[in-house]
Amino acid sequence: MSVFEPKIIAFLCNWCTYAAADLAGTSRVQYPPNVRIIRLMCTGALDPIYVLKALMDGADGVFIGGCHPGDCHYESGNYKARRRVAILKNILEQLGFDQDRVWLRWISASEGKLFADTMTRMVEDIRAKGPNPLMELLGV
Amino acid sequence: MRSKAVIKVENGDTLGAINSLLRGLLERDLVQAVLVPQRLPSGDNIVQTLVSDPSSLQSADPIAPVMPVQSAKLVSSITAGGAPGKVAVVLKSCEWRALVELAKLKQARLDSVLSIGIDCLGTYEVEDFAAMSRQGISPTAHLLPQAREGRLVPSEGFSFRTACQMCEHPAPVGADVRITLFGFDVSEMIGLEGPEELIEALGLSAVDAATEREKVLQELVATRLAVRDQLLDEFRQRVRDLPSLLSEFSTCLRCHNCMVACPICYCKECIFRGPALDHAARQYLTWAERKGSIRMPTDTLLFHLGRLNHMASSCVGCGLCTSACPVGLPVGTVFRAVGQKVQALFEYVPGRSVDDPLPVATFREEELQEVG
Repeated sequence: MSVFEPKIIAFLCNWCTYAAADLAGTSRVQYPPNVRIIRLMCTGALDPIYVLKALMDGADGVFIGGCHPGDCHYESGNYKARRRVAILKNILEQLGFDQDRVWLRWISASEGKLFADTMTRMVEDIRAKGPNPLMELLGV
Repeated sequence: MRSKAVIKVENGDTLGAINSLLRGLLERDLVQAVLVPQRLPSGDNIVQTLVSDPSSLQSADPIAPVMPVQSAKLVSSITAGGAPGKVAVVLKSCEWRALVELAKLKQARLDSVLSIGIDCLGTYEVEDFAAMSRQGISPTAHLLPQAREGRLVPSEGFSFRTACQMCEHPAPVGADVRITLFGFDVSEMIGLEGPEELIEALGLSAVDAATEREKVLQELVATRLAVRDQLLDEFRQRVRDLPSLLSEFSTCLRCHNCMVACPICYCKECIFRGPALDHAARQYLTWAERKGSIRMPTDTLLFHLGRLNHMASSCVGCGLCTSACPVGLPVGTVFRAVGQKVQALFEYVPGRSVDDPLPVATFREEELQEVG
């Protein structure tokens, strides 16, 4: 049996957290390779269905990263994202899915180190939780 | 100024009195058309009609305890682009509340309608309504006398739709005009509430009939709330972890009927209808090989969770999703249970007022700091 390596899908906003990931890279800050990044223009443009799709199809965790409150490139996209994520997590929890597999964090373009640290922590956290239980259950 | 009036009922013909009232709106040119359900000649169902010629308004039955279609959607069709004239629309409470949500979603315009809310005595499934009619029972006539006391008992051998059994909004609140039945001896008279000018224009005089309406409604709502709490509790006991969640939806065909029946689900280009979530043919085999087996069709759970994320905050609980489900999934109960907690997050009551902003369309800077 191979060692469990968490798969994490990260939806990052173009202006802040994606830039932070970029900075982490150019600064040669190390973080685990378990994260697959999808760039969005804004977290406010993220339909929760894509988060769900990732979780249903095998992601062990989903990370959503945007600009700090007040700093959104489009003024209020991150505030709207926060409401949608609050709803998503509320629904997941009600229906018995561990909502801590979904993370929402604000990381600015200058916080490359914070991005790498956050990814390291998330990977460790999900590793401790183990594989997404839906994968076992969605068979017959 | 709003005022109250009573409409006299001749020869115990309550529906006739409502029909005359609606005709009056057309004959006096107060509205350009009326959207109201009328009885089919066969008698075994009703059909929504948009009537502009008063002589075509013969058999209005907005009390009929059946709801084949959510008329909020019809009002959306009539008004979305801005109607040239005013249309009176006769709505049950859940239809009115759905219309309020649609207006906030910019899918309907309330400035071009005269909304007429009518007390609802509950509804049956369409097939039950038809079966009763075939047995010679008039579902409307059976329920009407019960309006006075508000203790609504379905015809023997039948039951109301689950959504109606737990509906805590039997009387519409906030519509322009309200036809009131609860507390009234409807074989003698029914109540009308609305703008003073309209009551005058209809040739009615303002009277506040002494009825037990408030008490009757309070008792009815209390009964309904008890049923609601029980049903939602049962759901939460039944679906409390992932295996029970999967088992709850295991028979879903992903036919999308619930989505089509839902009055609030309005997107013209739906993500579940387009190719966005499709996969290449070989992908399914790859999954099957990796896991040993996969459930087909795929994405049934994704469909319901996705719809819950989109709709739970605005769900008015009409339960047409449950009625539309070919495999009998209690979709409406799921939405009521999940929606209750989602709505509580934002202290939002769907359909309460056009002035309450939609939870997903607004925000407060200081809220939800703990979400992370």
